[in-house]
Amino acid sequence: MSTKETGGKTRRQIYEDLLRRRSLRIAALSTALVVGAIVVLVPMAPGWEKVQKSFFNKDVFLKTFPKLLDAFLLDVAIFAWCAPLIALLGLAVALMRDVRSPALFPLRIFGALYTDIFRGVPVVLTVYLIGFGIPGLGLPRPWNSPYIWGSLALILTYSAYVAEIFRSGITSVHQSQRAAAQSLGLAERDVMQFVVLPQAIRRVVPAQMNILIALQKDVALLSFIGPVEIFRQAGVFKSLLANFTPYVGAAVIFLCVTIPATRYADYLMNKQNRERS
Amino acid sequence: MKTLFLTTGLALALSATSAFAAGHCAAGKTLTDGKITFATGNPAYYPWVMDDAPESGKGFEAAVAYAVAEEMGFAADDVVWVRSSFDEAIQPGVKNFDLNMQQYSITPERDEVVDFSSPYYAAPMAVLAGPGAVETMPTLEALKALKWGAVGTTTAVSVLQDVIQPSSDLLLYGDNADVNAAIQANQIDAALYDLPTALYLSAVVIEGSKVIGQFDASASGDGDEFGMLMEDGNPLKTCVDEALASMGKSGKLAAIEAEWLQETTGVPLVK
Amino acid sequence: MPKLSLRGVVKRFGDNTVCDGINLDVNAGEMVCLIGASGAGKSTLLRCINLLEPVEDGEIFLDGADISIPGLDPEPVRRRIGMVFQSYNLFPHMTAVENVLLAPRRNHKKSRAELMPEVTALFARFGLAEHMGKYPDQLSGGQQQRVAIVRALAMRPEVMLFDEITSALDPQLVGDVLDALRALKADGMTMILATHEMGFAREAADKVCFLKDGRVLEEGKPEEIFERAQNEDTQQFLARTLK
Repeated sequence: MSTKETGGKTRRQIYEDLLRRRSLRIAALSTALVVGAIVVLVPMAPGWEKVQKSFFNKDVFLKTFPKLLDAFLLDVAIFAWCAPLIALLGLAVALMRDVRSPALFPLRIFGALYTDIFRGVPVVLTVYLIGFGIPGLGLPRPWNSPYIWGSLALILTYSAYVAEIFRSGITSVHQSQRAAAQSLGLAERDVMQFVVLPQAIRRVVPAQMNILIALQKDVALLSFIGPVEIFRQAGVFKSLLANFTPYVGAAVIFLCVTIPATRYADYLMNKQNRERS
Repeated sequence: MKTLFLTTGLALALSATSAFAAGHCAAGKTLTDGKITFATGNPAYYPWVMDDAPESGKGFEAAVAYAVAEEMGFAADDVVWVRSSFDEAIQPGVKNFDLNMQQYSITPERDEVVDFSSPYYAAPMAVLAGPGAVETMPTLEALKALKWGAVGTTTAVSVLQDVIQPSSDLLLYGDNADVNAAIQANQIDAALYDLPTALYLSAVVIEGSKVIGQFDASASGDGDEFGMLMEDGNPLKTCVDEALASMGKSGKLAAIEAEWLQETTGVPLVK
Repeated sequence: MPKLSLRGVVKRFGDNTVCDGINLDVNAGEMVCLIGASGAGKSTLLRCINLLEPVEDGEIFLDGADISIPGLDPEPVRRRIGMVFQSYNLFPHMTAVENVLLAPRRNHKKSRAELMPEVTALFARFGLAEHMGKYPDQLSGGQQQRVAIVRALAMRPEVMLFDEITSALDPQLVGDVLDALRALKADGMTMILATHEMGFAREAADKVCFLKDGRVLEEGKPEEIFERAQNEDTQQFLARTLK
């Protein structure tokens, strides 16, 4: 059969169409079976009714959702003022670890210690120690606010991770770029500022996106030292109503923000991989 | 033959007594037959439990627990203690305790998910002011202007939001220790606790703090009465309520209160 | 006085001696071609001349002044000596013209407006006028290499070093680059080339040096080397390369 006779499709195209239809059918069937099994079998578990009432209670969900959403705005605000500062401090620490001049050697040591300590201590401990510890030294209001010191704890911790990623980006810029810039007689500072950093930063954006997504969730840790953001608000509801559904509500709200961010990060990473290969 | 009869009869009577003694009401209704399991907090705070050691029977709630157990026919040796968090108490599924005593306030919403015994204590809410706010007048107006904190999982939150309605945002914490840290760091002016806890904290824990006022038990609506928490539909409830009722009538409950919760005069009512 | 003078230059990497006592004189306006097998030390020698690598021993003189003193600030020297690399090394995040403008703007503190006439002329000179606004990945290899040459020239160097700049190019693009080199020579630029382009070396060089194992085994005018090489190693090398 020639292509004309089969209505304009080659043998190969017809075959691939057939394969595609078949695989779609099989995928649909297997997905339906799995979902069906979950929907039928889970409610058959003896404790399901109680679990549903306790975790997936529609009335509680609807009742608590508006206030949870309101509290989430605080999480968003904390994120909004922490993220830029983290980027700046992270870059500064990365550059600190890179200094060559002997006079600035203490900066190198400081940078290394800094990243070791703040990547090594769990964030929640840092929030406690800094969030309560420093105000406890006797600062006057409003300088002892948990918002300031809790945010600082987040900033210090996340800058350490961001700094390491920037560092890896800087070292990934090929030495030949440095050689070319130096052979033009550019000062070391200009080499870094105009040649190495622009390339390094572009390269690590996908990796930094992952850190950003982690930060979106860790802002909830500030709840331990007072601010009534979504995690704490869900806890208040939990206690008032003796029900865990508010936590499910909080999780849903978080997912509304983190899923798009994760998809975007994946998109950037795939784009970068395609460009590289 | 007669001796045999007598001994058997005596033995039967004795076993019947001990069966009677092992809580005829509570028989077969506890986690472990012949034993009654109480849960308390981790840690358990003064003055509810002394030195975090409920087995000593010292402390208001520890004492009440042993007294109720005795009323129900359990010996002191038959009382078992476990620790639990608030979440463990309200989560669905099998519990590891018969009765949970951690200053739980009885609320209708909570009652839908778990069961409470009849109240064993009515605790007024009290204002614990930090060193910077001890001069505040015990009026609602003055209290409104303070920066408030509380433990997020307590009914103090409702009192703050519904009755006091402070003009600045609340700061809520995970437990007493964090609230105290916030007072000491001057991040909050005052916190709301039940009166015995507030008195203890002002006397022993937070230097320079003072209990400047208490709320009338009725003013704060529900949430002022402590009940023992148990699994929803637990048949043990009737036995416990019976025990508490007789302790109330005999004056035993009041005596325990007098022993462990010192007289609370001198703390003005909030107007 | 030679423009550039090397005396006993030694360069080691760990246990490996790459340059083993090199002597070389380059007069102003001369084109010197370095030939030899890979690993003979040609690239390393060039990188020592513009102080990208510090030398272990020996001296390098530019206009009679010792530029190889340990601890000497390399930047002023590098501004007088330009270098073009085998893999062009253009900055990928900048357009061609931005690549060229960067160094003069930062080093000579001139504004873009001041520099544009000269830069535009340079681009036109090397047949790149319509490529000024393009990014390196939009240019062919030969175009990129010529932009790299323009970039080095924008600093108005006194000496230009070329490290096998046609080795990575497709054969049909090599011709344009060699034309560019011829134009430079005609302008009187002092040039040192490490190259495999024997035909070009023969035609354009003033002096050819054969390097092996870090030493200059033979040097002389092109026809002396290519037709009457004295040294056995030189002959072997040429026989293999020129067949």
